[in-house]
Amino acid sequence: MSLTDLRTTTEHALGPVEQIPPGEGRAFVAGGVQVAVFRLRDGSLHATQAACPHAGGPLADGQTDVDVLLCPLHLYAYRWSDGASTSGAAPIRLYPVHESDGEVVVEV
Amino acid sequence: MTAVLGGRPAGSTALHLDDDDLDQRSRLVVVGNGMAGARLVEEVLERGGGEQFRITVLGDEPHGNYNRIMLSPVLAGESHEDDIVLNSHDWYADNGVQLRAGVRATRIDTAAKQVHADDGSVVPYDHLVLATGSYSFIPPMTGVRTDDGELLPGVYGFRTIDETRAMLEATGRCRRAVVMGGGLLGLEAARALQGHGLQVDLVHAMPHLMNMQLDAEAGAILKRSVESLGITVHCDVLATEVLGTGHVEGVVLKDGRRLDADLLVVAAGVRPNSDVAVLSGLEVERGIVVDDQLRTDDPDVYAIGECAQHRGSVYGLVAPAWEHAKVLADVLTGTDPDAEYHGSRTATKLKVAGVDVATMGVNTPERDDDEFLVISEPKRGVHLSVVIRDDVLIGATLLGDTRKVAYLTQAFDRGTPLPEERIRLLVDLSDGAEEVGVAEMPADSQVCNCNGVSKGDICGAVAGGCGSVGAVMDATRAGKGCGSCKSLVKQIVEWAADGDLAEDPAASYYVPGIPMAKPELMAAIREQDLRSVSAVFAALAPSGKEDAKSKMGLTSLLKMLWGVDFVPEKDGEFINDRVHANIQRDGTFSVVPQMKGGVTTPAQLRRIAEVAEKYEVPMVKVTGGQRIDLLGVRKEDLPAVWDDLGMPSGYAYGKSFRTVKTCVGSDFCRFGLGDSTQLGIDLETRFQGIESPAKMKLAVVGCPRNCAEAYVKDVGVVAVGNGKWEVHVGGAAGATVRKGDLLATVGSPQEVLRLTGRFLQYYRENANWLERSYDFVPRIGLERIRAVLLEDSEGIVAELDAALQRSVDAYTDPWGQDGKEPATPGQFRTSLPLIDLPKVPAR
Repeated sequence: MSLTDLRTTTEHALGPVEQIPPGEGRAFVAGGVQVAVFRLRDGSLHATQAACPHAGGPLADGQTDVDVLLCPLHLYAYRWSDGASTSGAAPIRLYPVHESDGEVVVEV
Repeated sequence: MTAVLGGRPAGSTALHLDDDDLDQRSRLVVVGNGMAGARLVEEVLERGGGEQFRITVLGDEPHGNYNRIMLSPVLAGESHEDDIVLNSHDWYADNGVQLRAGVRATRIDTAAKQVHADDGSVVPYDHLVLATGSYSFIPPMTGVRTDDGELLPGVYGFRTIDETRAMLEATGRCRRAVVMGGGLLGLEAARALQGHGLQVDLVHAMPHLMNMQLDAEAGAILKRSVESLGITVHCDVLATEVLGTGHVEGVVLKDGRRLDADLLVVAAGVRPNSDVAVLSGLEVERGIVVDDQLRTDDPDVYAIGECAQHRGSVYGLVAPAWEHAKVLADVLTGTDPDAEYHGSRTATKLKVAGVDVATMGVNTPERDDDEFLVISEPKRGVHLSVVIRDDVLIGATLLGDTRKVAYLTQAFDRGTPLPEERIRLLVDLSDGAEEVGVAEMPADSQVCNCNGVSKGDICGAVAGGCGSVGAVMDATRAGKGCGSCKSLVKQIVEWAADGDLAEDPAASYYVPGIPMAKPELMAAIREQDLRSVSAVFAALAPSGKEDAKSKMGLTSLLKMLWGVDFVPEKDGEFINDRVHANIQRDGTFSVVPQMKGGVTTPAQLRRIAEVAEKYEVPMVKVTGGQRIDLLGVRKEDLPAVWDDLGMPSGYAYGKSFRTVKTCVGSDFCRFGLGDSTQLGIDLETRFQGIESPAKMKLAVVGCPRNCAEAYVKDVGVVAVGNGKWEVHVGGAAGATVRKGDLLATVGSPQEVLRLTGRFLQYYRENANWLERSYDFVPRIGLERIRAVLLEDSEGIVAELDAALQRSVDAYTDPWGQDGKEPATPGQFRTSLPLIDLPKVPAR
């Protein structure tokens, strides 16, 4: 077991799901941490760190599909499944996120 | 005792357990362990054949399998012999293949299905493959052999590693060499020996060098290049006698001349090794005769490589041998029982005696209507020619300059369309960029300047298994910045893969996620009435799957096709289009208000100044497009900034019509021939905001002094006096610099507007996504564009005019629209409120 596993996470409610248009992302602050939350066209929610590890680009402004997120600055792609870049950048951090009574809830 | 190449370390042995009776697999025996035989074994194993077959390989030479093509560099001392090992003895053991090296097959009993070998052993088979290769042909000369039939000491063929080793050893004590044969191998041997300090005479029986590949003129140029290296060349003369009793002392030529030599290399061609087949009763003509499945006249015996004769052809190159191996492996393993080989189109590319040579197909025209283009520069040692039949490249010869080889090979192999101006096949005309041959580029030279990708990185990706240009671009990001290096990336990938490249079907797609070219895609969108990006994915993408990288291109296409009837979806747009501003490195945006023709007023300037102060805009800059840019505006301030400016968007962010630069024109300029300023304003008014496959930058100048750079614009208009205007298209002065082509000279500003609109619409409908006009115009060809737009050769001009008018009518100012009410919730919400990003310092 590594040290990071010991860290506890807290759930943060970020407001109604409708504030994120289908296929887009919006940035939030959850427990002092910036996260980008995406609502895909298939209805699924995903949350990542807000800044691109490559050059600090605003990931919430990126384009999405069911597999990847594209950073708007240099079009680096990151997989939802594990946060790995398919184009050679460092991976991004993913946060667990779900919908509860119409609210977006992220664990940070 | 010489070492065994690719052998096992001394003392290590492989125990072969003879459990034949238990083994249910059928027996595959390969006679010949050269490049064809070993490749066949590899191909069979790759198809899972290890489970189907017990494989035995008989090799005449004691070595593992080595790369025979590389014997020349070994002889030249440029490569070490260990570097040319392809499959060591260990490899055979590791893969469960029994290698019987140093064992020569002497006879096949096709009835009993057994191979008899010179060590007295008998090897039974179910399937037998003959890959016996060829041997050096020694022309009849008095004294070349001793009484016992062996070559006179000092005389060598140039075929095996043992011969190469012997020659290398001889170079230490020899001073003069004669090389017989002015083909590829002879030239390489001559060059290698000369490099060891020997004085070399090259004797060639034919009138010119490399007569199999080159025509007489090219051969003569090659001769001069070879002679300039210090090698003496004697063409069109036979050697009739070899002098010396215990050791070679020289040769006598047919014309009576005597050439002294203590080393004689015979490279006068090869002959297929077909003795075993002849003795065994198989059909043999020049080589062992095989059908399209490489089968001999015995159904269980096959022949591949240089010993095989297929449809009358015997090949002396490695590429056909490898094609044989692939087809036969398909057949034997049942991977594709119907696989057939239909002959090879042979293309070779090599450096012979320090001179680059590439040849493919025929070297001279054969029919009256064959096109033949020759560029000959004997002084520079360059001779280039192509032969074209029915618009297809059927042959090319490049000597001394092989920069175009990747391009020509592709045209030759795939029959891709050729440029109308045939000379472009051989030389690059004037786009300023001097092309360096990809082969000569050093590995560390940077190819993609946007993403810092070197030639070495690209080659590494190919070596690492990327099998298509698209895969290499994905893996390295090469060509994914401004895109101007894409063609170079493609050339390097083709060169690195050396023909072993999968055709990238995605290369023809308009966007990567929908497997359709643009015309097909447009037709499907119209037929199925698809008006939104998500509708297109649902109907046309494989399993209806959306693709992030395709969304922007589809949005652009749908806007163009549907105009006001387009159903917008914000997630289908790039961030710039979502918020109508250009994203900057720190996540802020740049705001460029429309300033038609680069003309502004004191009132506008005052408002811009006030906005800049009010919103603490870190930088105000005059752009290259004659406008004013407010840089570093926060996303959440955008609507208020627009509102305070009260000016329409300048579209400085989109793949769309951008701006029209103008010069001062006739109002004030004392040289002006036409009112360029007004025409620029009129053009911008008409075409503002129109989306397109890539950005469109225009300019109008009032005289040919070109102060607003109209000659290097997507559309550039130049006043030439007497009320006439030239319309140039396809110019660029960005990552690529290209002077536009003159589309037409017209007599009024109205005609300029009409023709410009027609061209823009034709470009919008036919260009690939992100294909700028400087690529589009040469691709389509100026002549064809002229015919379509000026003579209405396709009868589409009225449609083009109408379609463009629909787009013009659909224009709305996005700032006026979204500024009042956001299109989606949080459209202008900041995406990075907390983190301190690298700030661009304000000046």
